[in-house]
Amino acid sequence: MKLRHGILAATAAAAIALSAPVVKAETFKFAFQGNLSSLDPHSLNETFLLGSLNNVYEGLVLYDDNLKVVPGLAESWETIEPTKWKFNLRKGVKFHNGNDFTAADVKFTWERAIGEGSDQIARASKIKNVEIVDDHTVIIETPAPNPILTSDLVNILIMDKEWSEANNTANATSASADNSGNFANLNSNGTGPFKVDEHKADVKTTFSKFDGYWGSMKSNVTKIEFTPIKEAATRVAALISGELDLVYPVPVQDWKRLEEAKGVKPLAGPEARTIFLGMDQGRDELLYSNIKGKNPFKDIRVRQAFAHALNLDAIKKKVMRGAATPSGLMIAPQINGHIPELNTPYEYDPAKSKELLAAAGYPDGFEVTMDCPNNRYVNDEKICQAVVSMLAKVGVKVDLLAQPKSKYFGKVLATGGYDTSFYLLGWTPGTMDAENVFSSLLTCQNKEEKKGLFNLGNYCNPKIDELTAKIGSETDQAKRNALIKEGFTILKEEVGYLPLHQQPLSWGVREGVELNQRADNALDFRYVVIN
Amino acid sequence: MEKAVETTRLERFLDSDIWHSFKSNPVAIVSLIVTLIMVLSSAFAPLLAPQDPFDLANIDIMDSSLPPSWMAEGDPRFLFGTDDQGRDILSTIMYGAQISLIVGFASVVFSMVVGISLGLISGYAGGRVDAFIMRVADIQLSFPAILIALLIDGVARGIFEAHLHEQISIYVLIFAIGISGWVQYARTVRGSTLVEKNKEYVQAARVIGIRPITILHRHILPNVMGPVMVIATIHLAIAVITEATLSFLGVGVPPTTPSLGTLIRIGNEYLFSGEWWITIFPGAALLILVLAVNLLGDWLRDAMNPKLR
Amino acid sequence: MVSFLFKRLIQSFIVMFTVALIAFSMFRFVGDPINNMVGQDTTQEQREELREQLGLNDPFVVQFLRFAGNAVVGDFGISYKFKVPVSEMIAERMPATLELAFVSAVLALVVGIPLGVYTALRRNGVISKMVMTMSLFGVSLPTFLIGILLILFFGVVLRWLPTFGRGDVVDLGFWTTGFLTKSGILSLILPSITLALFQMTLIMRLVRAEMLEVLRTDFVKFAKARGLPDRSVHFKHALKNTLVPVITITGLQLGSLIAFAIITESVFQWPGMGLMFIQAIADVDIPIMAAYLVLIAFFFVVINMIVDILYYAVDPRLRTSDGS
Repeated sequence: MKLRHGILAATAAAAIALSAPVVKAETFKFAFQGNLSSLDPHSLNETFLLGSLNNVYEGLVLYDDNLKVVPGLAESWETIEPTKWKFNLRKGVKFHNGNDFTAADVKFTWERAIGEGSDQIARASKIKNVEIVDDHTVIIETPAPNPILTSDLVNILIMDKEWSEANNTANATSASADNSGNFANLNSNGTGPFKVDEHKADVKTTFSKFDGYWGSMKSNVTKIEFTPIKEAATRVAALISGELDLVYPVPVQDWKRLEEAKGVKPLAGPEARTIFLGMDQGRDELLYSNIKGKNPFKDIRVRQAFAHALNLDAIKKKVMRGAATPSGLMIAPQINGHIPELNTPYEYDPAKSKELLAAAGYPDGFEVTMDCPNNRYVNDEKICQAVVSMLAKVGVKVDLLAQPKSKYFGKVLATGGYDTSFYLLGWTPGTMDAENVFSSLLTCQNKEEKKGLFNLGNYCNPKIDELTAKIGSETDQAKRNALIKEGFTILKEEVGYLPLHQQPLSWGVREGVELNQRADNALDFRYVVIN
Repeated sequence: MEKAVETTRLERFLDSDIWHSFKSNPVAIVSLIVTLIMVLSSAFAPLLAPQDPFDLANIDIMDSSLPPSWMAEGDPRFLFGTDDQGRDILSTIMYGAQISLIVGFASVVFSMVVGISLGLISGYAGGRVDAFIMRVADIQLSFPAILIALLIDGVARGIFEAHLHEQISIYVLIFAIGISGWVQYARTVRGSTLVEKNKEYVQAARVIGIRPITILHRHILPNVMGPVMVIATIHLAIAVITEATLSFLGVGVPPTTPSLGTLIRIGNEYLFSGEWWITIFPGAALLILVLAVNLLGDWLRDAMNPKLR
Repeated sequence: MVSFLFKRLIQSFIVMFTVALIAFSMFRFVGDPINNMVGQDTTQEQREELREQLGLNDPFVVQFLRFAGNAVVGDFGISYKFKVPVSEMIAERMPATLELAFVSAVLALVVGIPLGVYTALRRNGVISKMVMTMSLFGVSLPTFLIGILLILFFGVVLRWLPTFGRGDVVDLGFWTTGFLTKSGILSLILPSITLALFQMTLIMRLVRAEMLEVLRTDFVKFAKARGLPDRSVHFKHALKNTLVPVITITGLQLGSLIAFAIITESVFQWPGMGLMFIQAIADVDIPIMAAYLVLIAFFFVVINMIVDILYYAVDPRLRTSDGS
């Protein structure tokens, strides 16, 4: 072994002597539980895909290491009218193939993102028009005043018009068979700090540093290898055995093992995702319950009883191994609009819970079926099992139906007709703002106006709808925050939802690797440093 | 008369080669005892188990992940410790083995009934019927049982609504594992039937007009039961493993009524975190059960095949 | 001969048709693929539109005929999840599975046959009994448990061997191989042992049983009576006669290896077809699942046919009886 090192060193020395200054090649290898399904930034609205491709493509604005919006391909911007934003584009930016980045690319990208096959239509629809002023200025028009437009721009990743048209990929890669050969699905050309060398779907993706990157970055990495590893045990084993530099997520119960093992450590932080329970409060009779002719969840006392039956500290301690932050709110502290004084969870008090159930007319409890995913959130199924056991103690018999996410979402979401009575869901507001929670989870279901689409239990209070509309267009921060607070106070009093906790980000890294663990669980290559 | 026959049967058994071979084979004796203990303790789990792991009002999340009682942080209430939900491992093993054994036995019986019937028909009828059945058998034999079981389970998952599927999944599993195992029985029975069919006593029975069904039942069936029992024993071991594997892949019985395979899958998530008892004990139980049954099958095969003695 | 071949071909065709029908109808009912293709924010109308575009609203028969027609020319459609042709994905993954299966088969034969011969010859020896008992452990431990324990011991505790993937592979254009790099070969060790163990036991027990059977036959007894040395009798006469059924079974078992690779591949994150299949089940990626099953069936049919034809060529008795 020693000898081989010697030879290697000698060859390396020879190489250095022969060639000009050589940068030490640092390769960073990491694994994630899911796969990178496509290289097309408009193909799928999914956190991991967008987070990964954000290293290859960039938006007009970027997230920094704390999820604050900072200038990206736009150097600066101003609101010239409530619905019109002027963006001054960065000059001298090159795409990976050497093309210049100009205003035409911005307009092209928006058209592609809102066009046929795109899964970014919802986001792109927040823009009504993109007007090219000159090569380095665009004016973006929104359908209504939108104080948080830039949060959406982070994930509208800019593509090269010339390259896309030359390669016949003016439309996004969609699932339909007719544009299967979409060039952008397996090839990329962004402005980001890394370019893709090779992409084998579901096997391996390799990235290398883009020397012409406009920005400066901390990273000293020149090559990055990504492998999807689905099994948690395999992932952890690969880290411990020294084959990888980063794996995520790591099961919370394995933290101890990583702390004990040599050369690796767990890296934890609070994620911006809130896990909560929802109850069907819309139907007159529950779909899955032994109570016929009425809906127990319409009675606030039943919802309160549920709230007091849950021991969030026990879930934190035993299921999450101390790694969760119990929550009284539907948003995490990192999210704009968070109110610390409302964040205290409902008190754990089974005796009170029983009293409330008796008062509501269910002294012996009742039966209800709970829907739960088993491969979506950190220990999701185990949380549900703990909830079932806690509710059993106050007399409510819960029949648990835990399923893989594809089947679970197919059943409980709008496409499945909200086919659930009681469910567990997690939510990260994509815009990092409370408004997203109000419009998606708290407003009454309204299919025509596409509101409250993820309010699966149809918790409905016209006052909240009203507040939501105001929050959406109020541009004064202080007034806006007061509106958010008013809304959350009503929600809390009415026990519209049962927030559980913010789940932890749980990564495992090799010692000697520095990186930034962003609260949306994305890996920004710009902060990866190997010592 | 009846009693006399019984006595002679018992006497005949006690005097048989099988019994002598059994008596003189300690491995076989131990295997049988172990198998019986496992079967009985799981069959009477509701009476014997320290805790009913399915009664949620009974378990407390604060008791979760306790090590076995002889270890430092152990709790005397839980001999083998508790799992991530606070369930007593020993009890979950007893209940889990019950599910595993029910699936195992039921699928073996299912295979056996299908296999013997088709084998008898095939061997006795011959001709096109025989050719057809054996061709189907060939085709099926070329597909591994696990793949067939995956297929059937997948179909069931698609057809039945999720909640219903959870309730009937155990029957689906029995069917899936059972249907993939009939071929061996059919082939063996067919072979013996072909031999017996041409023997004089059967020919004679035919000539005097005894119905084929009676001939099959009275004369041919008893002669093929020996090899069938050997296959059945080994098949039981395979069925239990197949069930565990399917449950490990997540397509077996639901976690609310865990089998040994499900328990191992759940425990596997805790193997690196040092909570080895959650997976090791169910794993050991599965190994011991399957090993005992396999040893028994092995001995039975040798005992039945005088050539090997 | 021609009519025999023709019959076999017809039978194979029926098998393939049935499998295709089962594969297709099975996956027609598993989950809603649309949910897996789009993000959470996609509206109902967009979903419906996509459904129409993919032909998921067409009648069952129309969908099946379209599927079967395309499958014949190797077109299994586009993966819902990855949006690339399934045939390309399979071509990419097949080398991984075949190399793993090949190494495992070799391992099983190289270890299984000598052990089988030994245990047959020294039937009552202590070592034989130990080997036989160990082999029972081999069939009594589920594959997934063996894999996990191997990873735990050789990967995590000792840190000797890679625990996942294929290591560095060399792309030969039509085939990617792990045989040419050190990390590729090291990566093969644990998965191939895991996959081989069951077959190894099977072959060992088969060889032992066949040997015992052959050793009792008259010609071996006769050879012994002639005073031929034991070694010559055992290896020239007995083993030779044993190997025909062994090789046949091994051939047939090659198919099983490929199917059982599903478990091994998912434990070791081996980027082969089995892992792709399990992943596809989770993603409800119907084209991949259907293609995998049809392909596996095709393997089996071909292997069976080759074995049948060989038998036919070797065993003259079959020629007279194949009419029945």
